[in-house]
Amino acid sequence: MTKVTMTVNGKAVSKEVSGNTLMTEFLRDELHLTGTHVGCDTSQCGACVIHVDGESVKACSIFAAEAEGASVTTIEGMANADGSLSVIQQAFQDYHGLQCGFCTPGMVMSAATLLKDNPKPTEHEVREYLKGNICRCTGYHNIVKAILAASGQDVTGIAAE
Amino acid sequence: MYSFELEIPTTVADAVAALGKDEAQPLAGGQTLIPSLKARLAAPSVLVSLAQIDEIKGVTIEGGTVTIGGGTTHATVAAEVAEAYPALSYLAINIGDPAVRNRGTIGGSLANNDPSACYPAAALASGATIVTNTREIAADDYFEGMFTTALEEGEIVTAVKFPVPEAAAYIKFEQPASRFALVGVFLAKYADGVRVAVTGASEDGVFRWSEAEDALSNSFGADALEGLSLSGDGMISDLHGSGDYRAHLIAVLTKRAVKAAA
Repeated sequence: MTKVTMTVNGKAVSKEVSGNTLMTEFLRDELHLTGTHVGCDTSQCGACVIHVDGESVKACSIFAAEAEGASVTTIEGMANADGSLSVIQQAFQDYHGLQCGFCTPGMVMSAATLLKDNPKPTEHEVREYLKGNICRCTGYHNIVKAILAASGQDVTGIAAE
Repeated sequence: MYSFELEIPTTVADAVAALGKDEAQPLAGGQTLIPSLKARLAAPSVLVSLAQIDEIKGVTIEGGTVTIGGGTTHATVAAEVAEAYPALSYLAINIGDPAVRNRGTIGGSLANNDPSACYPAAALASGATIVTNTREIAADDYFEGMFTTALEEGEIVTAVKFPVPEAAAYIKFEQPASRFALVGVFLAKYADGVRVAVTGASEDGVFRWSEAEDALSNSFGADALEGLSLSGDGMISDLHGSGDYRAHLIAVLTKRAVKAAA
């Protein structure tokens, strides 16, 4: 067992973990932050995307001990301080960017880093960026629309691809 | 996940010492290895994470050579070599997806030598030098077949030195589900000749297409490749494409690479 210390959603946490504890297990089982979903568990589907030091990573493919000292943000840390939905989350609701919702945490986390690096992406850039986030319900259209809307762009003219 | 010991050294020397333990294996970005561990395709007793070793991270560009630390992520490579070596930057930004590119490293890719990975093609076509904790290995001597390299037990890729070519292009025919190369061709033109490396196709992993290299070194243009073809024998044949199909793609993509580089 190793002691790991990191900041998760602004709070310092410290726990004893074994070397093989994945970040998904650490968040869900130790910290009870179950918003980070486990889909494929093989770094393909993107349901477990979190931010480690501000960058998107797949929590199923990093060990908790590798995030020692890091600043981690999960979907639970994305709402505004007063508990209201963030701009991206609100856009997912407004544009119906989900059906079953399983992929949504990862989609929101990926969308956040996309808009941080590229505040006004094109529709093509959004679709490219979401390559590692798989949704089996929506056909992606409303997800893309929600992200473009969250970036402050007019989405009325966007037709289904 | 099965039980193992995870070591997280912060220097190459400590990593090498940790790799001296029984059944120890290095862990780079983990984007291939961690899923492999879950599938029990690998089961080391000790995993030595290289992720906290700052001395093997970063890119330096000096006198026509791009040197990339083995622990540098694909995302960092893409950003840092965009001006000095655009074809290499393009290759890096088309690996996997953004989250994978934030963890996966060039050293991990080259050490794994997946027959469909992108970086082996860049290293071989560029005549790169693989630098380890003990020696320097020319790319021509480094790749020894599918998932096999010249690396010894406990040897770590600390850096990769790329001589910057006069012109270069990487054309990847992407397998859309995995985003690995169904076939990828990296072409690099130097003062002393053209090098063409092919990934995704051969059962022996990345290789140089010497016939095309000779033709292009003589006359650099897509016309020089007219009539050249490769046999499908020894090419990977799977549900995504037959060996013949892959052989055909190599010729097509090489022509596209010439046009893109010209």
